[in-house]
Amino acid sequence: MRTSLLRIQAIVIKELLQLRRDKMTFGMVIMIPLVQLLLFAFAINTNIRDIPVGVVDHSQTALSRVLQQTVSATGIVTFTHHYHSTKQAQAAIDRSEVRAVLIIPQDVSQRLVRHPSVGFGLPPSSKEETSRPIAQWLVDGSDTVIAGGIKSLRNMPLVELLDKPANRNTPTFEVTLIYNPEQRSVVNIVPGLVAVILTMTMIMFTSTAIVREQERGNMEMLIITPMAPLELMVGKIIPYIFIGAIQVTIILGLGYWLFNVPFNGGLGQLVLATFLFICASLVLGLVISTIAKSQLQSMQMTVFVLLPSILLSGFMFPYEGMPLPAQYIAEALPATHFIRLIRGVILRDVAVIEMSFDMLWLISFSCLGLIVAAMRFKKTLD
Amino acid sequence: MSAAYVTNCSNNFAINAEKLTRNFGQLSAVSELDLQVEKQTIYGFLGPNGSGKTTAIRLLTGLLKATSGEVNVLGCQLPRESNKLRLQIGYMTQKFSLYDDLTVTENLQFISKIYGLTPNQQKARLSELLSIHQLTKQGKQLAGSMSGGQKQRLALAAAVIHKPKLLFLDEPTSAVDPQNRREFWEQLFDLCDQGTTILVSTHYMDEAERCHKLAILENGIKRADDSPQALMANMAAQVVEIAASDLRQIKNSLIKLPQVISAAQLGTHLRVLVKKDVHQPIALLQQQPCINPTDQLNIVRPSLEDVFVSCTGRGGTL
Repeated sequence: MRTSLLRIQAIVIKELLQLRRDKMTFGMVIMIPLVQLLLFAFAINTNIRDIPVGVVDHSQTALSRVLQQTVSATGIVTFTHHYHSTKQAQAAIDRSEVRAVLIIPQDVSQRLVRHPSVGFGLPPSSKEETSRPIAQWLVDGSDTVIAGGIKSLRNMPLVELLDKPANRNTPTFEVTLIYNPEQRSVVNIVPGLVAVILTMTMIMFTSTAIVREQERGNMEMLIITPMAPLELMVGKIIPYIFIGAIQVTIILGLGYWLFNVPFNGGLGQLVLATFLFICASLVLGLVISTIAKSQLQSMQMTVFVLLPSILLSGFMFPYEGMPLPAQYIAEALPATHFIRLIRGVILRDVAVIEMSFDMLWLISFSCLGLIVAAMRFKKTLD
Repeated sequence: MSAAYVTNCSNNFAINAEKLTRNFGQLSAVSELDLQVEKQTIYGFLGPNGSGKTTAIRLLTGLLKATSGEVNVLGCQLPRESNKLRLQIGYMTQKFSLYDDLTVTENLQFISKIYGLTPNQQKARLSELLSIHQLTKQGKQLAGSMSGGQKQRLALAAAVIHKPKLLFLDEPTSAVDPQNRREFWEQLFDLCDQGTTILVSTHYMDEAERCHKLAILENGIKRADDSPQALMANMAAQVVEIAASDLRQIKNSLIKLPQVISAAQLGTHLRVLVKKDVHQPIALLQQQPCINPTDQLNIVRPSLEDVFVSCTGRGGTL
């Protein structure tokens, strides 16, 4: 037991010394979370704003211009181009000049006054008039998020166009937002980013750990020593747990100071959740390392794990909205469980123990992975 | 072979292998190798690249599993007891296998901890090793930045840190100048004197000649084994040295004779190996039209290279 601990300690010290001299890796420890957080937190924005759109104004009246202003006042779109014909407009969409075009018909004023939502109800609007919209949107529907944004304009109130008091519909439901009432996406993204960045760096560091020894020719020396595979695995993981802790501190610290992400949960819960996830990711990396034949292969496998961790884990899209097979894949990824845990802890002040399924899953994943990695690691050159 | 026999042998022999074979697919890297290495001797594997030296060493250290055959190293039956064996053997790999990005001291500290030396033992052993292997000044230097000779001394120091009973050295001096090689062998004889059995592979003749005993390997097959002196004395050929003007041409004609095993030029002389059953080798050669009557022919003492050539049927150098 004493010799076993001594050997683990020897590997930990060796890894730290090597890491200290490897300026590139050491730089990545700091720079990856820093740069990625700044990039993602600013860039990933699910609120749609200022989509460039064009307009074909067949009417050319004061009313049609006011209509355009009202639409652009919503902030969702910005009119950047004017076209003379529908054909021209469609060509503009084809070459991605604009994402959508508003086509205002010649008789827009008539349509407007007869439109039931405006409510000049006399004489009552005929059925035909009711089904005649005021204007038409031509939308490039390939990006569903943008299309959805423009679709939301369908029922925009137009009464202020005619200086009439608003006759808002009474909502069917009342919606109370308990968490993130301002609906800032960054609040949801920063905790998720912890998962993505840790998945990337943790798996990457350990996935090269064993292969690197092989590539540099150290393995032949290592396996002739009395070191047990499990000792090697544990020794390889421990230094990176600290590295992971540093990265989490950077991400959450920046999230708090720069993006005002609220911290509702306890620090202890946060440490527990991240510790479990760091272990699971490191172990996954080790398993990769025992499979890969070269450092390049291990990198490729890391990417193979990384992409689903970003796309399926609930970081980008709600887990519940995914089809069942995708949900099964997501369940297999440590990132999915961690994203649930950390969002729970940070945003909703849930104790990790209350989400025992995810917690137990991460623990069993780590233990199982460690055993698999140690078993796959052979002490012969066969 | 019975288990009792193996146990008996292990008393006298550090290594005892019988019909040791290792195949990689179709290729037989080591085939039916019988090997007996006495304790406290230096045993050499002499052979060209690809002759199975490294594979044989890996089989004997337990790094590779034999396809067939029996191996007993220091009383441990391989591969069953390879874990037990690991504490008793040291292995210096062909390629430098310590960490280039650690200093000399850090490397040695790492290895000593792996072998379970206590901090006090470690301190004493490290300063002892550094002074024996003349690395005291390099203690804080990165291993990767050292010269070939220094790296090799460090590798040897690391291989003997736990005072192994049996030391394997795989082409230890291939990246080292002759001066360093001499000093290195002095260290080996010191270790041997202190009771270590050493198995060393090489493709240098002068190095092979220093071994107590020697096995000549070719294509995974052991062609001969004995002490270098006995090998030279019992060689199956006679050596004739010819001093003449047009050596290249003479060589090309003589090599065609069925009695001639090989002919190799050494500076101003041509060294011709003639089969042992030829009674008058000089007379035979003088009958050849390419030899002038004025040319000088002498029978000379065989060298280890001649032994090697006559054993393996290879011409020229390694």
